[in-house]
Amino acid sequence: MRFGVVVFPGSNCDHDAYYAIGAVLGQPVEFIWHQSERVDGFDAVILPGGFAYGDYLRTGAIARFSPVMRGVERFARSGGLVLGICNGFQILLEAGLLPGAMLRNQGLRFICRHVYVRVETTRTPFTCAARPAQVLKLPIAHSEGNYFCDPATLLELEGHDQIVFRYTTPAGREDPAANANGSLANIAGISNREGNVVGLMPHPERASEAGLGSADGLVILRSMVESRVLRSSPVRVGERVPV
Amino acid sequence: MLDAEVRVTPEIAREHGLTAEEYSRVRAILGREPNLTELGIFSVMWSEHCSYKSSKVHLARLPTRAPQVLEGPGENAGVVDIGDGLAAVFKIESHNHPSYVEPFQGAATGVGGILRDIFTMGARPIAVLDALRFGPIVAAADASRNRRILDGVVSGIAFYGNCFGVPTVGGEVGFESCYATNPLVNVLALGIARKDELFLARARGAGNPVIYVGAKTGRDGIHGASLLASAEFSEESQQKRPNVQVGDPFLEKLLLEACLEAMQTGVIVAIQDMGAAGLTCSTSEMASRGGTGMEIELNRVPQRETGMTPYEIMLSESQERMLLVAKRGRERQVLDIFRKWGLDAVEIGRVTEDGLLRVRENGHMVAEIPAHSLAEEGPSYERPLAPLAEPQNQQRFTFAPEGKDLTECFLRLLASPAIASKRWIFEQYDHMVRTNTLVAPGAGDAAVLRVKGTRRALSLAVDGNGRWCWLDPRVGAMHAVAEAARNVASTGARPLAATNCLNFGNPEKPEVMWQFSEAVDGIAEACRALGTPMTGGNVSFYNETLGKSIYPTPTIGVLGLLDDASRALGMAFRGEGDALVLLDGYPPRPSPGDQAEEFSSSEYAKTIQGVVAGAPPAIDLAAEKRLIDGLVALAGEGLLRSAHDVSEGGLAVTLGECYFASGDLSADMSLEGQEPAEVALFGECGGRALVSVAREQLAPLRSIAAQYHLGTREVGRVTRGEFRIHYNGRTVVSAAAESLLGTWAEALERALETERAQT
Repeated sequence: MRFGVVVFPGSNCDHDAYYAIGAVLGQPVEFIWHQSERVDGFDAVILPGGFAYGDYLRTGAIARFSPVMRGVERFARSGGLVLGICNGFQILLEAGLLPGAMLRNQGLRFICRHVYVRVETTRTPFTCAARPAQVLKLPIAHSEGNYFCDPATLLELEGHDQIVFRYTTPAGREDPAANANGSLANIAGISNREGNVVGLMPHPERASEAGLGSADGLVILRSMVESRVLRSSPVRVGERVPV
Repeated sequence: MLDAEVRVTPEIAREHGLTAEEYSRVRAILGREPNLTELGIFSVMWSEHCSYKSSKVHLARLPTRAPQVLEGPGENAGVVDIGDGLAAVFKIESHNHPSYVEPFQGAATGVGGILRDIFTMGARPIAVLDALRFGPIVAAADASRNRRILDGVVSGIAFYGNCFGVPTVGGEVGFESCYATNPLVNVLALGIARKDELFLARARGAGNPVIYVGAKTGRDGIHGASLLASAEFSEESQQKRPNVQVGDPFLEKLLLEACLEAMQTGVIVAIQDMGAAGLTCSTSEMASRGGTGMEIELNRVPQRETGMTPYEIMLSESQERMLLVAKRGRERQVLDIFRKWGLDAVEIGRVTEDGLLRVRENGHMVAEIPAHSLAEEGPSYERPLAPLAEPQNQQRFTFAPEGKDLTECFLRLLASPAIASKRWIFEQYDHMVRTNTLVAPGAGDAAVLRVKGTRRALSLAVDGNGRWCWLDPRVGAMHAVAEAARNVASTGARPLAATNCLNFGNPEKPEVMWQFSEAVDGIAEACRALGTPMTGGNVSFYNETLGKSIYPTPTIGVLGLLDDASRALGMAFRGEGDALVLLDGYPPRPSPGDQAEEFSSSEYAKTIQGVVAGAPPAIDLAAEKRLIDGLVALAGEGLLRSAHDVSEGGLAVTLGECYFASGDLSADMSLEGQEPAEVALFGECGGRALVSVAREQLAPLRSIAAQYHLGTREVGRVTRGEFRIHYNGRTVVSAAAESLLGTWAEALERALETERAQT
């Protein structure tokens, strides 16, 4: 499985994603420079966290116009896996690859801490290795992660099983106190209708080794690798098989 | 306003902060009158901030050499060998005055400045720590303003570090009224480089091009070093806001990546950031260190404002700029890399042989000064010293009657901002980016970061205790070194080297200079005894407003090394039933005659009775060394499950903090002794650490501790029930664990978020 990690000039989790994929997961991985319009030859592309072009305007607002996003869009349309983490999620929203928008955190402050998210669907290539309703301990680190969309979009997201992660308590209960940034319906991550594009605010790459406080993020990264295996077999995505 | 044609007079020189003698030295060096640009150049280079003129003679007493030290004071940052062909590059700097004038930008640019010092040496920054001091944020007339300053400083640090992509992994925060109008913002940064790929700021090779990279030059920060950092504050200080620079962390991030990439080409000969005194400092210091000269043309300097005079261009402290010397003929390679990152990179001059700094504007010479005179021949003073008179009101602490339930006092202590959880602050910092953080803020005594590609990890702590230094600057400074080293050792790391940020008042006052001299002697003695040579740092004088000085506050950063990252220790308990052992490096302490003397300087005395008096605890550096060595050995053997040193708030607070970090585990501790219960619980004498140990490891622990002559008193066990402390068989503290946790965890947030709700 070949991974590409996009490097915007202000990406600062690019090295972390690269390390988690390459050194921890042992998968081939390359950087993709933001000026490159081509993202060919990859099975999955990660838009990492950071401040793509400084984000002094609105997060991701400039990044959506960058050359690499034209390539990412084509890649997504052709069914390639796209994972947007934190700033990557913000960019996917701005680029229209995912519905909705990000507001500033409810408390108007940057928050860096471990939170808990519940896997809402295992029918995506990013969660197929998870147990249904599995609770993952993942870190967040952002000041604009307060997900918002209009009621019609929310209905659609719910109707098409596009809500992938929700903030919950460690026991998996939805609770306002577990929703650190104030996101609508405790939404931590969503997918597109087809399920091959996912954005989430928490950082799975930061939770890829026990020494860092959690290795739960590996569930998401491993799912991507497993889904590749699944796609070339008659088994449907979402039906978990041991790998 | 500033005209190159202005004739320089002694009055103008004085307005630039140069004394009559200094001005006559300038004339002697030049053999003529300086013009205004030259005067400006001399005034910043010979300012207290850049020349260390009051501190040099004292700093020379610090130990700086050891086999592990690759570069000591004098370079942009200290460099220490950490094995595997790698070097740790670290330094601490202050940005106190700018942070009072404009808290957000002052603190932000403080972070930016120290980060450039690190990557200018070829090291990628991997961690930042901050030592902060503010006025009281609760129960004081000026509490509201102090809270706003704190909010601005914390937001500024978060803004810069989070965007740049360096984790802010630790530090400390203190509150005393002396910092209300002079907060301290000391920022420490750490980077890692290959030992054989370090870059120095020594301009070599006549004819080599001098290249300016990064942000354009504007009028911001002119005279930041000389007027802001080298004079005390008056009522007009708010008018100095234009002297504070504005930070752009995104640009700095580009500069970092471009510099590190350019350094890989082998084309860069020398590089230095433009920090204090901007273009002036970088040109003259690089030439001076390289034994060369430099010639630059100002109309080639990228400018973001029109009509800037040579004076303004040379003195601007615009942020995110670097100056580098490349190999002639291969400069294209460097320019291309900076262009790739969207940065200005312009050849503005060349290295020369004659040792002169020559500045031209449109070909006309506007300044011509020997570079060495600017960088190295600044004034040096042995200023008069005079011990501080004993404070008149030495009201001592009065102990509670025997049998008193101390739970309520304990709760008050936990709720005091100095002791309460700093979560509200450190959660605003990205402390995980770069995925190296093994021991995060609040989880241990020091931050621990793994070094990818090796089995090793680095541990870092910063400490200082202004109150103790005020009561006794020499002993207080020793404690600062000892505590930082002890904190590092409590994570299992062997202390390797130190860095210092010396925050003091006006050095022209003999009492301040005496405090400084005493503190330097204390630091020197402690560094020698603990084997942590001083690799650099910075001096911040003139921390006074309206003639009132801050407590003398040396901040010490200590770097330690763990050979095996998996042995890194936090303070959280790990197993119910584990034994609690108090390790003590001191020989059994005889009860001192005057218990109140030392206790009156404690956090408890200040919080509970408002007493700040007496003396810091007596210190025995050999005992401190025994504890440090013992902790490192025990952690290395994997015998400890948690460790936490005893510091502010004494053993009771130490135990509480372990519990707070532990989730559902609690503790039951029993102490015995002759002293008042308050001394046993809240006394702050040094050389102690509370560790938890699996029962079956008690015997091996005792045998190793004995080799280091450590006391090993078993004082209790890890439980799941109520949090209890007993003294001489009587329960003196008992509380439902959650009520303690709530008090401690929410105190700071409650104080600081009230402000927001009201405004």
